[in-house]
Amino acid sequence: MAETPLETARRAAAPDDAASAWTRLQSNRNWLGFWFMLPAAAFLILFLAYPLGLGVWLSFTDAKVGSEGEWIGLENYEWLLGVAPVSDFLGIIANELFGTEFELEGDTTFWLSVFNTLLYTVVASAIKFAIGLYLALLLNRHMPFKAIIRAVVLIPFIVPTVLSAIAFWWIFDTQFSILTWMLQGLGAIAEDHQINWLGDETMARASVIFANIWRGVPFIAITLLAGLQTVSASLYEAAVIDGATRWQMFRYITYPLLTPIIAVVMTFSVLFTFTDFQLIWVLTRGGPFNATHLMATLSYQRAILGGYLGEGAAISTAMIPFLLAAIMFSWFGLQRRKWQHGGRDD
Amino acid sequence: MASVTIENVRKAFGETEVIHGVDIAIADGEFVVLVGPSGCGKSTLLRMIAGLESITAGEVKIAERVVNRLPAKARDIAMVFQNYALYPHMTVFENMAFSMRLRKAPAAEVESRVREAAGILGLQPLLQRFPRQLSGGQRQRVAMGRAIVRDPQVFLFDEPLSNLDAKLRVAMRTEIKALHQRVGGTTIYVTHDQIEAMTMADKIVVMQGGNVEQIGAPLELYDAPDNLFVAGFIGSPAMNFLRGRVEADGAGTVFASADGARLPLGERRGLEAGREVVLGFRPEHIALGPDGTGIGVEVVVTEPTGSEVQVVARHGGDEVVAVFRERHQPAPGTRLSLAPDPAQIHVFDAETGRTLRA
Ligand SMILES: Nc1ncnc2c1ncn2[C@@H]1O[C@H](COP(=O)(O)OP(=O)(O)O)[C@@H](O)[C@H]1O
Ligand SMILES: [Mg+2]
Repeated sequence: MAETPLETARRAAAPDDAASAWTRLQSNRNWLGFWFMLPAAAFLILFLAYPLGLGVWLSFTDAKVGSEGEWIGLENYEWLLGVAPVSDFLGIIANELFGTEFELEGDTTFWLSVFNTLLYTVVASAIKFAIGLYLALLLNRHMPFKAIIRAVVLIPFIVPTVLSAIAFWWIFDTQFSILTWMLQGLGAIAEDHQINWLGDETMARASVIFANIWRGVPFIAITLLAGLQTVSASLYEAAVIDGATRWQMFRYITYPLLTPIIAVVMTFSVLFTFTDFQLIWVLTRGGPFNATHLMATLSYQRAILGGYLGEGAAISTAMIPFLLAAIMFSWFGLQRRKWQHGGRDD
Repeated sequence: MASVTIENVRKAFGETEVIHGVDIAIADGEFVVLVGPSGCGKSTLLRMIAGLESITAGEVKIAERVVNRLPAKARDIAMVFQNYALYPHMTVFENMAFSMRLRKAPAAEVESRVREAAGILGLQPLLQRFPRQLSGGQRQRVAMGRAIVRDPQVFLFDEPLSNLDAKLRVAMRTEIKALHQRVGGTTIYVTHDQIEAMTMADKIVVMQGGNVEQIGAPLELYDAPDNLFVAGFIGSPAMNFLRGRVEADGAGTVFASADGARLPLGERRGLEAGREVVLGFRPEHIALGPDGTGIGVEVVVTEPTGSEVQVVARHGGDEVVAVFRERHQPAPGTRLSLAPDPAQIHVFDAETGRTLRA
C-alpha cells in the first residue's frame, strides 16, 4: 500500500534511527558531561575514596603490619571507646580540666588524645581567628610599605611545616631556648631560671598551640583580607554619614559581610588543626605523658610504629564524625546567608 | 533647612591641587546642580561638603556655621551615592532605619519614620526585601529613602541616576524634583549630564578643571553663557561655533570666516576690527537664508525626528548643526545658506574664550 502524504511527512520529520544513536549521544549534555567528569572522578576515587575506604575497612579488622587481618567487627572501637563512650568523654574532660579522677572504661590514652585534639583545635582556632582578623583589619588600612608587610605576614605560611617545626624545636629547647633568653633579658624571669617548654605537660600544650597559631595565622589573615577588600568603600562612607562609629562600622557592616568568608576559612582552619600531625611529631611526639598526643599522632604511633594497623585505623576513623560535625556546622550555620541569594523577584 | 556657603575652597591630594578656589552661595531650600565633565572635581567638592574629604583651604558653612572640622555625622547632611551604597545584608527597612537605630531612637519612632519615608517613595511593599532583590530604580529609591529618614538640613546627591537606563533616568529625574518640592531641604546635586542640570536645577554651577565657570539659573546659562566652555556645555545639540575675525563694515562690524561667511554683529558690540573671535549660535536659532548670503554650508546628513529635522552640515573646517521645526529635508551634498538669528548670536574672544558683551 502506498504511503499517504501524512506518513511521508512524518517519516521525513522523524530522525534516521541508525545514524541517530551516535548523534544523540554526542549531543546529549548529560552523557557528554559524564565523560568530561570521568577523569576527575577517577582521580578522586583513586586517591581519596579508596584510601578512605581502606582505612575504614581496616578499622574493622585486626590487621597488623605483615598480616592481612580478619574482620572483627566493632572490636577495635569497643576496645578504644569502652562500653560507655559518652561518660568516658565527659570523664576525660573533667579529669583534665578539673583534676577529677574518673576511671575510664575505654582506652585512657585514646580518650586523652581526643581531649588533646579538641583542646588544641578549639584554643588554637579561636586565637588564630582573633589574631588573623585583627591582622587583616590592620593590613586593610592605608599604610606605608603595605605590599611588603603583606608579604612578610605570609612567611609562616610559606615555610614548610617541618622546617618551622624544627625551628620551634630550637625555640623551645630547654637549654638554648631563645624565648627563655629573651625573658631573662627582659628580667621577666631569673637569670639562671630555665623553662622546660616541652617537658612540662601544660607548658608543652601551650607551646605546640603557640607553634600552630604562628603557622596558621597567615592563612586566615590573608583570606580575611581578601574578603575585606571586596567590601565596597562606599558602604563605609554611607555608614560614616549615617553616624556610625568605627566599632559600629565593624559590628554592623564589616563583620556581617565577612561571615561567609569567615565560615569558609574557619572550617578549613579547624579541619587542618584537628588533623595536625607534623608539628606535634617534630616537637613532642605526643609527650610528655601523652599530654600533646593528638588523634592523628596516636593513630600513627599505634598503626605504623606499633604495628596495630586495625587499631590505628579505628582512631583515624573516629576523627571523621568530628570533622563532619565541623563542616555541617559551618555549612548550615554560617555560610549561606539569605541576603546573598540572588533573585530579583520572589 | 539651611543655607550652604562655600568660600574659596581648595582641595589638594598630595601635591596635586584639584579644586582651585571655589565660591558658591546656596540659599535655604534651593536645588543646586553642580555640572561639568568627568574629572572636573564635582564629586570632590560634594564630598568635602559631606565631610568625607578634608578641606585643604577655604571654608564650608552649613546654616552659617563653619563645618570644616566637624565630622560628617555632625553636619546634618544626607548623601545619595551613585552606586546607591545600600547595605547588602540589611533589608530595605533596616537600611532606612540604620541611622536612627545607631542613634538609639525609640523603636516606635524608627518604625513610623521609615514607614513615612517608604510611603513617600512607594517602597512599602519592598520593606522586607534585600537590596539584591530590587531593580536599579528601586534601589535608587531606597537610597533616597535612607536620606529622607534622616531628615537632614542638606541633601547631597552624587550622580544618582547614572547607573539607570535612559528611560528610568527621565522618570527618576521627575521623581527627585517632585520629592524636593514635597520634602523641601537644601539640595546639592552632582551630575555630568547637562540635561539633568537644566531640567532639575534652581541654580546651576558649571565646573571645569577644578574651577567654577559660571553660576546661574538654567535659562540664564543657556541664553547668556559667560564663556565658550559654558556655551558649548549647556544645550543639546550643542551650540555651533565658527572661527573668524571682526571686520569693519561701514558704521558697524561684521563677523567674517575664512570660508567666506559674513554676518553683521550689530553696532552695539564694541568690537575692534581684526580681532580673532568665535561666533556662537544655537542650532534652533537658524533660518534658511537666500542663496549666497549668511553662512554657506554643505549638508552632510539630515535626521528627521518627527517633531523637528536636524541637519548636520559643514562650513569649511567647522561642523554646523541646524534644527528646523519646518520639514526641510535637504539631501546630502546640498548647498544651503544659513541665517542665524542676529538677536541670538554670541561672540567670544578666540584667545580667552570670554563672551564679548555690549
Ligand atoms: N582620592 C584621590 N586621590 C587623588 N586624586 C583624586 C582622588 N579623588 C579624586 N581625585 C582627582 O581629582 C579630580 C576630580 O575628581 P572628581 O571629583 O571625582 O571628579 P568628578 O566627580 O567631577 O568626575 C580628578 O582628576 C581625580 O583624578
Ligand atoms: Mg564624580
